[in-house]
Amino acid sequence: MSEAATHKPEKIRCDACPVMCYIADGQAGACDRYANHAGELIRIDPLLVLERARGDAHVVPFFSGKEASWQGDIISPGDTFVTAVGAGTTYPDYKPAPFIVSQEIDGVDMVTVVTEGIFSYCGVKVKVDTDRHLGPECAAVRAEGEQVGHVTTAEYGSQMLSLGGVRHLTGGSKKEGRVTCDMLMNLCNGEPVELSIDGGSSIVVAANQAPVINGAMEERMRVGCGSATIGMFARQWYGLVDEVVVVDDHITGVLSEHQAGKVLGIEETGIRIKGRRSTPGRYFRVAEPGSGWGGTDISDPLTILRAFDPKVAKPGLRLLMVSTTGEQYGYYVLDEELKPVEHELPAALRPSVERIAENCEPALSTVLFMAGAGGSLRAGATENPVKLTRSVRDMLTYVSCGGAPAYVWPGGGITFMADVSQMPKRSFGYVPTPAIVAPIEFTMRREDYAALGGHMGAIIDVSEALNKAGRRESGHGQTDWPTARRHFRWGQDGGEAP
Amino acid sequence: MNAPVAAFLPGGRRLHLQHGPIDLIIETWGEAFQRDRAHRAAIARFDSVLDELVGELELLRRPPSPAGPRLEGAVARRMLAAVRPFAAEGAFVTPMAAVAGAVAEEVLDHMLTAADLDKAYVNDGGDIALHLGQGERFDVAMIALGAVPADDGRVTIEAADRVRGIATSGRHGRSLSMGIADSVTVLAESAAMADAAATLLANAVDLPGHPAVERRPAVAVRSDSDLGERLVVTGLGELTTDDIDRALERGLRAAEDMRAAGRIAAAALFLRGRSMVAEAVGDSATCRLPGALQMEGAQAMRA
Repeated sequence: MSEAATHKPEKIRCDACPVMCYIADGQAGACDRYANHAGELIRIDPLLVLERARGDAHVVPFFSGKEASWQGDIISPGDTFVTAVGAGTTYPDYKPAPFIVSQEIDGVDMVTVVTEGIFSYCGVKVKVDTDRHLGPECAAVRAEGEQVGHVTTAEYGSQMLSLGGVRHLTGGSKKEGRVTCDMLMNLCNGEPVELSIDGGSSIVVAANQAPVINGAMEERMRVGCGSATIGMFARQWYGLVDEVVVVDDHITGVLSEHQAGKVLGIEETGIRIKGRRSTPGRYFRVAEPGSGWGGTDISDPLTILRAFDPKVAKPGLRLLMVSTTGEQYGYYVLDEELKPVEHELPAALRPSVERIAENCEPALSTVLFMAGAGGSLRAGATENPVKLTRSVRDMLTYVSCGGAPAYVWPGGGITFMADVSQMPKRSFGYVPTPAIVAPIEFTMRREDYAALGGHMGAIIDVSEALNKAGRRESGHGQTDWPTARRHFRWGQDGGEAP
Repeated sequence: MNAPVAAFLPGGRRLHLQHGPIDLIIETWGEAFQRDRAHRAAIARFDSVLDELVGELELLRRPPSPAGPRLEGAVARRMLAAVRPFAAEGAFVTPMAAVAGAVAEEVLDHMLTAADLDKAYVNDGGDIALHLGQGERFDVAMIALGAVPADDGRVTIEAADRVRGIATSGRHGRSLSMGIADSVTVLAESAAMADAAATLLANAVDLPGHPAVERRPAVAVRSDSDLGERLVVTGLGELTTDDIDRALERGLRAAEDMRAAGRIAAAALFLRGRSMVAEAVGDSATCRLPGALQMEGAQAMRA
């Protein structure tokens, strides 16, 4: 051993096997199964158990000391859910799933079938919160030059990408399959992925992080264009101010000319806007695009105004100018020469400006994993796969993906979507086929499991599963606990499990 | 302290033995009672393998030296025998380079002493010791472990071939590598020899001084590494096709030397989707590239 290997104090000795590795912080032992995580010995490969968040617990060590191997009764059973992350799979064998775990939840005997599915029919839907043009609909989306998906129908305030899928994974060239698999794995595991769109932009997306479009980070989603903002807030401004201009690179809105202002009976103010008038109260191109007010290049909003019309405007006229995100605003009063002079924003107007800002959510890329559980996977749960499908339809079986809620698409089969950001870290793997390996759990009452032809002989108690579990995490970001009563037909009028 | 574990994998055919860092997958063909005997012999032998190795670990992590103390254990001696010729030629290598192949060989030997089998293999994390009775053949797919593994060819070995060991080494395995090969698969007479050769050939596939190759001292990555302060490859940036071929050719020359010296039968070297093969014309034990065989029971691999 080298000198360096004997003097670093943060090393710990692993006693899991006779090799007795000294493991430095952040490193793994010779087996790659045990690692030193900030001075604690943890297991890094196996089955993952979620603990319902209590305080801010993170990874719970598998062993905390030499003698004290972990005790199964430290956490109350209802707070524990055995996920399929690291569970492995028995596919393609017609065999019970790796773990079929029973536990009593609030007086109800529940069974969770835990397996990792190998999905070649799978992909992700990515929602990119931006109004920027990413590329034309149907345009190819590429990673490392290979097509890995396409631009699909845009949604309000967001551009949508459909990535992966069986045709790119296994239907194209070997490289296309590899690159697609790699891209899906990275996106699902929360890593950033660089994509280029034919005839459009190059973007970097990562689950639950702001998108970077052509090198610029998108920060906020505006509530609407300038004109729409006038429509939404006209009533809140009425009586407090004589004129409002919402500055926007796309369509700048002017309250007194806008239909919403007319309806309220707001009088003409003699305001004159630079730029091209589209319809009353709506102006295109008041400035050049940039990173100033409302996506324009201006920092002083008065630069988009021409002189007020002296035949209409009156001294003392009150003017609010605000950007579409509410991040910038200015309040002005016309002097005797009809020139706007800045004043402090009156307290009564402040809520309306704050509300615009409040309605501009942070721009994110969000990633939903979508896949279908085929017959072989379902056979891991039951001898008659279609019965599992029916049980899911009948709301007797709840589907989760690494403990995160899965939306099951109506119709045949079990085609589901899950938000990868609600799943534990590194939940996804792959096989060389190529195909994605993702956790999937089916939870139901014991009697319902028996009724659908479940592998009753393979059921083990949760304590036994916990002894096999190496990784335990608190269920941070979980909006929903998989065993909550409301997921089940029988539990919907009985309130919730604790 | 976790004891050795033995279990049949789903399907009931393959025996899985695990102790600490050692994982063996064993499959046998033959009469049921012979297979059962072989499995029992494997379990019995496996029981003490890791303890024996740990007892001599200090010595096994040092380059072999004629003046040093003698190794006692049967597995340790197999390891030493496999690396000694390479060390004698001046290569830096410790007996640990052959540990997986040597364990596989040792366990297979005990199985074959206890039972008559038509065919068997002991797979120690990709390093495989083989038994082939008359007329038997063994097919295996090679997986080039890149960013995403892909099946990149197949190997067929027949009873008449001398090859009884297959080993794979590279940057994506559990051991550290001083070279940039995604993987190198070697066929040799023994698994221990194949293992040692694959380790050295994976090191030989390299681009010294190339800016895309990121290196760190081995001890910075794994503090008890037998490679000490020697640089191991920790990252690899973009390479041109020329770079890739230049790196592969370095490995190929080393492989041809090993083949000419009679130490290995064949080697297949993989890097970034390209590959080169060293083999003798007319051998029936061949690496076919590229192939389209799925690895049986594909194991899920995590990034």
